[in-house]
Amino acid sequence: MTISIDPQKTNNESLQPKGWLRYFSFSLDHKVIGIQYLVCGFLFYLIGGTLASAIRIELASPMSDFMPRDVYNQVLTLHGTIMIFLWIVPVVNGAFGNYLIPFYVGARDMAFPRLNAVAFWLIPPSGLMLVASYFVEGAAQAGWTAYPPLSITTPQSGQIIWILSVLLLGGSSIFGGINFIATIIKLRRPGLKLMQLPMYCWAMLGTSLLVVLSTPVLAGTLILLSFDIIANTGFFNPVLGGNVVVYQHLFWFYSHPAVYIMVLPAFGLVSEILPVHARKPLFGYTTMVFSIMGIVVLGLVVWAHHMFTSGTPPWMRLFFTIATAFIAVPTGIKFFNWVATLWGGKISINSAMLFSCGFIINFVFGGITGVALAQVPFDIHVHDTYFVVAHFHYIVYGGTVFIIFSSIYHWFPKVSGKMLNEKLGIIHFIITFIGFNLCFAPQHWLGLNGMPRRVAEYDPQFQFVNQISSLGALLMAISTIPFLVNVFLSVRNGKDAGDNPWNALTPEWLTSSPPPVENWEGEAPLVEEPYGYGKENS
Amino acid sequence: MTTLDSSKEIQKNNSEVNETHEDFRMFGLITFLIADGMTFAGFFAAYLTYKAVNPLPDGAIYELELPIPTLNTILLLVSSATFHKAGKSLLKDKNSDSQKWLFFTALLGIIFLICQLFEYFHLPFGLTDNLFASTFYALTGFHGLHVTLGTLMILIITWQSRINGGRLNSQNIFPLEAVELYWHFVDGIWVILFIILYLL
Amino acid sequence: MLNKNIYLILIISFVFAISFWIGFNVNLLPAEASINAPIYDELFKILFITGLIIFIGMTIAVIYSLFKFRKRNDQIGDGIALEGNLSLEIVWTIIPSIIVLLIGLYSYNIYDRMGGMQELNHNHEMMSSNSEKIWAGISQTSDNAMAINNLSIEVSAMQFAFLFNYPKGNFISGELHVPVDQKVSMKMESKDVIHAFWVPEFRIKQDIIPGQPTILNFTPTKVGKYPIICAELCGPYHGGMRASIIVEEESDYNEWFNKNKKPEVNL
Ligand code: HEA
Ligand code: HEA
Ligand code: CUA
Ligand SMILES: [Cu+2]
Repeated sequence: MTISIDPQKTNNESLQPKGWLRYFSFSLDHKVIGIQYLVCGFLFYLIGGTLASAIRIELASPMSDFMPRDVYNQVLTLHGTIMIFLWIVPVVNGAFGNYLIPFYVGARDMAFPRLNAVAFWLIPPSGLMLVASYFVEGAAQAGWTAYPPLSITTPQSGQIIWILSVLLLGGSSIFGGINFIATIIKLRRPGLKLMQLPMYCWAMLGTSLLVVLSTPVLAGTLILLSFDIIANTGFFNPVLGGNVVVYQHLFWFYSHPAVYIMVLPAFGLVSEILPVHARKPLFGYTTMVFSIMGIVVLGLVVWAHHMFTSGTPPWMRLFFTIATAFIAVPTGIKFFNWVATLWGGKISINSAMLFSCGFIINFVFGGITGVALAQVPFDIHVHDTYFVVAHFHYIVYGGTVFIIFSSIYHWFPKVSGKMLNEKLGIIHFIITFIGFNLCFAPQHWLGLNGMPRRVAEYDPQFQFVNQISSLGALLMAISTIPFLVNVFLSVRNGKDAGDNPWNALTPEWLTSSPPPVENWEGEAPLVEEPYGYGKENS
Repeated sequence: MTTLDSSKEIQKNNSEVNETHEDFRMFGLITFLIADGMTFAGFFAAYLTYKAVNPLPDGAIYELELPIPTLNTILLLVSSATFHKAGKSLLKDKNSDSQKWLFFTALLGIIFLICQLFEYFHLPFGLTDNLFASTFYALTGFHGLHVTLGTLMILIITWQSRINGGRLNSQNIFPLEAVELYWHFVDGIWVILFIILYLL
Repeated sequence: MLNKNIYLILIISFVFAISFWIGFNVNLLPAEASINAPIYDELFKILFITGLIIFIGMTIAVIYSLFKFRKRNDQIGDGIALEGNLSLEIVWTIIPSIIVLLIGLYSYNIYDRMGGMQELNHNHEMMSSNSEKIWAGISQTSDNAMAINNLSIEVSAMQFAFLFNYPKGNFISGELHVPVDQKVSMKMESKDVIHAFWVPEFRIKQDIIPGQPTILNFTPTKVGKYPIICAELCGPYHGGMRASIIVEEESDYNEWFNKNKKPEVNL
């Protein structure tokens, strides 16, 4: 990322286009695209986080005093949409997928490099459009779920821009998905068997299947919704004979799988990180693969658990309760296997490891509240309350975002050739972990005791707990400072990493850091045992 | 060697290595068609749910006549066959035959679109008349869009398979096969659509 | 080996003990004011305790591994090359399966006791026409459901208010008054966007959907004033869309009812 060329290292360095400007240009190199995804996603994370801070400031007092009520709705809609479609999904899929998958399958690039670049370049314009809609006539204000008829009756321009932007982002994600499936299945280096692939490939294969099967349904639904808004049709408009519940079914048919699109790649990433820092093979490779596929299949048939109070027939609620709760089984297998991976290892306690362990603890908590939410009678009370907000932040933030940080600590040496500072990393972890739990744990109580979500004003009895939550959010905001400082300092004058600072066995570490343009000087290595720790020296 | 040049060089190699490999381009296309099929599946699911739970309101008109869509079904099925012929001819490097069949296929596609438009103008209901009318237009319109795109692509490959200076021959047949697969897919969707919208 | 097992058993009993203790002593729920509420709280307690056991267990396992198996400064080399253990993996597939199955059956039972699985009352007097689709809400009945006359109320929701129509008294109120210990049956319909009717103290919630009436039945058990909260985002003033439900003794209720009653207008 630095502009100066180190004269000693011209050997492999000369192959690489130099300078940070290449990250702003249309590049076909999967590694450049991966970093583009990551940086772009992180910028949107800062925007989404700023919006979250606005939410928490508003909620620090029971009155609606920080911003007008409709602006509050716009802020929370943009917060949800940006965090999901512009931060989590592009980063865990696009960024790490693009960077790592070609290494893991032993290829020089993705199957369709051009499609790959197009998929990335759809993101910045649609994200900027979404943010800009706020300054036009006000952004969308119907929540990230955009339930009609509310989304049909709120100001049109914001909602239409929202739809357009989500359609483009969905398109980007479909192109990405096609590319990943083709790369993993068809571009494997000769001799590399499917069951020898690092776990992240399996996670991305499962995720991409979900992307390909469910995202188009969202696209279709949003097209219908936009017809309702512009062309005055009545698909979801009860005044014209439409049916609002059909929208909810179609929306959640995408958006439930979307939560696994947000978390399966993270599962893959921890499976790469834990064995390296625990110096042990990944426990139960085969069951891990099957549990991913189990989650994919189950994930497609549980969507109506978001609609338990929408007036669905009783048999439907029962079916969806059981199906949803059963996702705990394949997910549980993964978690137990990770703990077993740690068990008996020689664990280095570093930032990557700490964030991964934080992930396990937070996600188990969020998953357990998820299983509770899956029970119809339980959900009826807490649906659309802060309990749900707490559930999913435990998973998306405590789970996926923790893993994103963990992965940055793990792969930064590969990407930049420099080590990150461990002290700052551990400070980052501690503040994030405390702030996160302070922010979201109290929200369970709020939900159970009567605070609905998506409100700018609330009963004064909840003020104290809300302030604790806001304090936690403040800590989370502060925690980004050591992280950013760390990255900037280390890029400039961090310790040299060498090619393989962790002594890892997966293929991306078997080339120079940063890797040359076509990944390897010579032929791609054949890694038959990506997790063979403890074998060669025992 | 300046860095810029080398990167271009490598990108070129890259795309050569990757993009002439037919096997996985076809694979990518199939994945895309599955995704596209899911969009239709969403529409079908919505339509069937409406049928099951939202009765047609009093006084609303939603009547479909069979002759034109039946004709359209036949047109599309025949066009699938002619496309297949075109592919066979190209494999034997009979470019002019292939071009003839392709042209014929495109013609069938255009006739299909004309018939579809004719039907639109003679239906007793408009886009916003009622829920079923809207769904009808959304479904057939979305399919029509696919046919339009397909026809355009067929015209392009018709041009590309000309004898002198054409890009397509038995060695480079992938573009034709890709469009052919897409066209069969669009036909298949039409058959499902015909059954669900007109026959059920 | 024996020693290890004893520690394991000790730790597991500790986890169970602490989870049960928290489950029984920490109250996270608001007051119970309907016959649904104690049923709900029973389910909550079970879920809470099970969840705590799993969560505390996992947390201890992770933190313990981090301490026990951390790399000391002098150590080099890798951990043991253990790649899996099929019987162990089968165990931790089966145990969670059993847990979720039991929880599922149990919550089905709870839901049934709440009346969620009942066919909705088809000769409901408020059903105007047969073609109209009524969507299921909770249709809970109490044991003495037969004895009492069920109180029928029509709820209409709009941006940003609830209106309660008492067809028997022929009047509309902005406040919901109901007598204690009697089954209330509400038919709800929205005039514009989706709203939801939620009374935290009753542990019930049902969306109010435009174009599709929903039914919600409940029996309040405790005199008092409780908030009715709109729980579905319905526009800028969603947060202010609240009403109150006043549960009172039958005599007080009758007094209120008679004061508001309007004479039947024929035709
Ligand atoms: C990455 C995102 C993500 C993930 C992975 C999940 C995972 C799960 N979610 Fe969550 N969920 C969301 C994101 C996510 N969710 C979001 C964003 C919403 C709100 C949307 C909105 O309305 O805006 C939501 C809402 C939501 C609801 C609807 C609530 C409501 O609106 O009323 C429900 C209900 O069933 C639910 C359930 C579950 C379940 C059962 C899982 C399971 O997959 C969890 C499984 C994991 C575990 C259980 C932990 C590990 C397992 C073990 C240690 C084994 C032992 C455990 C047991 C035997 C229990 N979620
Ligand atoms: C998917 C990922 C994701 C992530 C990571 C987050 C992160 C956070 N979320 Fe969000 N959230 C959602 C997804 C996510 N959220 C969704 C889907 C909804 C539902 C929306 C809806 O209802 O429609 C929601 C809703 C939601 C609500 C409920 C709003 C309501 O219902 O009224 C709240 C309230 O506390 C909240 C808080 C937070 C906080 C404090 C963070 C924090 O973790 C954020 C921490 C990050 C920062 C604080 C950034 C720090 C940086 C700076 C401040 C630097 C300054 C800026 C510049 C230099 C440019 N979120
Ligand atoms: Cu009505 Cu929210
Ligand atoms: Cu879900």
